[in-house]
Amino acid sequence: MLKRMSYSSFPEDVLEHVFSFVQSDKDRNAISLVCKSWFEIERWCRRRIFVGNCYAVSPRMVIRRFPDVRSVELKGKPHFADFNLVPEGWGGHVYPWIYAMATGYPCLEEIRLKRMVVTDETLELIAKSFKNFKVLVLSSCEGFSTHGLAAIAANCRNLRELDLRESEVEDLSGNWLSHFPDTCTSLVALNIACLGSEVSFSALERMVGRSPNLRTLRLNRAVPLDKLANLLRRAPQLVELGTGAYSSDLRPEVLSNLAGAFSGCKELKGMSGFWDVVPAYLPAIYPVCSGLTSLNLSYASVQSPDLIKLVSQCLNLQRLWILDYIEDSGLEALAASCKDLQELRVFPSEPFGVEPNVSLTEQGLVCVSEGCPKLESVLYFCRRFSNDALVTIARNRPNMIRFRLCIIEPQTPDYLTHQPLDTGFGAIVEHCKDLRRLSLSGLLTDRVFEYIGTYAKKLEMLSVAFAGETDLGLHHVLSGCESLRKLEIRDCPFGDKALLANAAKLETMRSLWMSSCSVSLEACKLLGQKMPRLNVEVIDERGPLDSMPESFPVEKLYIYRSVAGPRFDMPGFVWNMDEDSALRLS
Amino acid sequence: MMEAHKPDREMSASGSVSTVSREDNLVVSSEDSSSPDDSELELGLELSLGGGGFKQQATSGGHYARILTAKDFPSVVSSSSSLSSSSSSLSKTNHVTAGTKRSADSVAAAANATSQVVGWPPIRNSRINCTVVNQAKSIANEEYNSVIEKNKRKNTVLEKITNSCNNGGNAKGRTSLFVKVNMDGIPIGRKVDLNAHSCYETLAQTLEDMFHRPTTTVNAFRSSLQEHDIRVEATRPSKLLDGTSDFVLTYEDKEGDWMLVGDVPWGMFLISVKRLRIMRTSEANGLAPRLQESSWRQRNKPV
Repeated sequence: MLKRMSYSSFPEDVLEHVFSFVQSDKDRNAISLVCKSWFEIERWCRRRIFVGNCYAVSPRMVIRRFPDVRSVELKGKPHFADFNLVPEGWGGHVYPWIYAMATGYPCLEEIRLKRMVVTDETLELIAKSFKNFKVLVLSSCEGFSTHGLAAIAANCRNLRELDLRESEVEDLSGNWLSHFPDTCTSLVALNIACLGSEVSFSALERMVGRSPNLRTLRLNRAVPLDKLANLLRRAPQLVELGTGAYSSDLRPEVLSNLAGAFSGCKELKGMSGFWDVVPAYLPAIYPVCSGLTSLNLSYASVQSPDLIKLVSQCLNLQRLWILDYIEDSGLEALAASCKDLQELRVFPSEPFGVEPNVSLTEQGLVCVSEGCPKLESVLYFCRRFSNDALVTIARNRPNMIRFRLCIIEPQTPDYLTHQPLDTGFGAIVEHCKDLRRLSLSGLLTDRVFEYIGTYAKKLEMLSVAFAGETDLGLHHVLSGCESLRKLEIRDCPFGDKALLANAAKLETMRSLWMSSCSVSLEACKLLGQKMPRLNVEVIDERGPLDSMPESFPVEKLYIYRSVAGPRFDMPGFVWNMDEDSALRLS
Repeated sequence: MMEAHKPDREMSASGSVSTVSREDNLVVSSEDSSSPDDSELELGLELSLGGGGFKQQATSGGHYARILTAKDFPSVVSSSSSLSSSSSSLSKTNHVTAGTKRSADSVAAAANATSQVVGWPPIRNSRINCTVVNQAKSIANEEYNSVIEKNKRKNTVLEKITNSCNNGGNAKGRTSLFVKVNMDGIPIGRKVDLNAHSCYETLAQTLEDMFHRPTTTVNAFRSSLQEHDIRVEATRPSKLLDGTSDFVLTYEDKEGDWMLVGDVPWGMFLISVKRLRIMRTSEANGLAPRLQESSWRQRNKPV
């Protein structure tokens, strides 16, 4: 009789060892579905979890399934919160998670949060609960002050990374940095760029001086330029540097001192900061330009000629974030010099001005798409575009993965033909078969959504504003985009029909945001009642829903899949549309 | 063909109840206010409709006539001036639903003056506030210096600074300046866009309406009992910024000092304010003496 190979006879620790080479969540999830024993083994040895929507699952559920996790990443508010479309108090509180993990994961080492509300109380709890805590990344978070940071500094003996990127921190005192004990020498990355007021500079200097492993240092605007050289001399091993304000009275010794300090930084690969740039000081970084792969000049109000001089020296540049002061001419120079460029972001210097203040048009982007063969990620703010340009870009760069175009005036048509930009974006999705993220702008009809539904099979995230004509547009996207995970829509004439017809699709996605559209309260209720595994949340600040006509369109709608049921922390202007809520409302 | 100044005629039938009052609001606001709107601004005719708390609104239509936000009127301020140019933008599309109606308005508005739409273009606050502070500072400095040289009379100087700050802001386009607002006794703070206002009156009115509404704390369950409590609470802070109120409006300036709002010209306030706090009067001792004729006392309150 043939003996059948039995997987369960494979020793557990061998399997565990094999699994340890598999880090990606997708693969780990696949492993856990093979059989019961693999599920068991895998869940005990999963060390890292990522929860893309903190309300999709409860902390208790996570801890129950994965008992020994060392690294947690959570995301809270919807993306449009970045643009003030999500009212304050909406939610995204991380405290319940930290509270649960304080007992569930005493060995937790890393916490990464994005768009969550973090209080000082939370930070204090982190500081005292996790003995081996190493990494804290707070990206676009809010709700805490420098007191909370002081608690982290004082108690986390082995802290490696403290990264506050773009968070809103209440600045109560610059002294929090002094709470790091002199024995703390483990710091690898420190990002305090978002802090408004001064930190104690002597504490910063001492910190930098005793951290031999420091690779990333991002200072805040308050750190003056004449202090930068000293810091650099203490940390010549830096790989990523964010300067403070890049301005000073013009004194030759400051410039030469700075240039000398930069020459000593042989490992420098990335730079950012550059607030209030005085162009005369830019030559100080020329010694490191050829080594730079990442350059963030998006706060540098410097005119095109100085930018061109700088950028043309960065021959190994892979990522550039810059203001539209670079203009078409600068982008042309960029295309000629930086053949390794992968990511370009051009931000508007005067986003609310009516007239263009710089000569930045679609030509700049077309140039870069022609000259930079590795260009795959674009965020571009400008004031005019054409279908021709989009088609050219699409043909030049079929390897495009992220394409976000923001034509500043809503519903701007093709400036040459005055037609909608449907065909242009259609070319993008047709030619760029691996496109994962797309943001639309300009005048767009239902047509563009037809193209997207037909071609954008790998598209995971789509952002739409002031576009479309009928529900058919939304229907094309929901029925055609197989890989869609996140859809965010504002000010589009999409209503009930497409949403209700594609209700099942919503369970395959992380979330859907619709604001200032035409989805009625009635449809929201229906969706909420019919789809128990979706949380259908209506955000409406106009008043209690029970006095609102059923056919009235809701202000904002946020739908996300969840196994945790309705959340408990909804403020007064957020309503869940499930069965129980519906009974109370009617 | 739709007309830019009657946005709601094209809306689905459900909106028709509030159409009339919305138009009234539209007309009044474009006459009254020279300031752009923002997501928190209520074009509130609640005062004349006799509104107070939610429970006083009997008719559903009346209720929604009262509670309007700028999101419904992205082009409110410049709608009158945009009529002439509306034809060109309207010829682009012929859709009639509410969403695009709104956006066509905003295009028409933008064609003339500034884009009024909240959260557009999609740029984070950190970037916006960076440009705002720079612009406001340079405008204020320029105007202040030139005026000081020309005119020694204090009142005129202050007036001009205030005006230049507003006009400068408008000429360059409306930027946002979001600051946090907390009210004593309410755990959840809010944010308000100061650049949506050009004077203390509208700011105070906005804040009063903002904190007038019920918001729950982070609570476990929403029972009907809790909802009842919320309604009761909503009527408590009524005369917020009246001189006789239990609360005063204060702000923290760049030096970290807490000041009473209203003592300095609006433009200077914009430059130095970091955040706002609606403070209990009992705690407000020792702050700078308030002006006796605070402008918000003149506002009529409904019966």
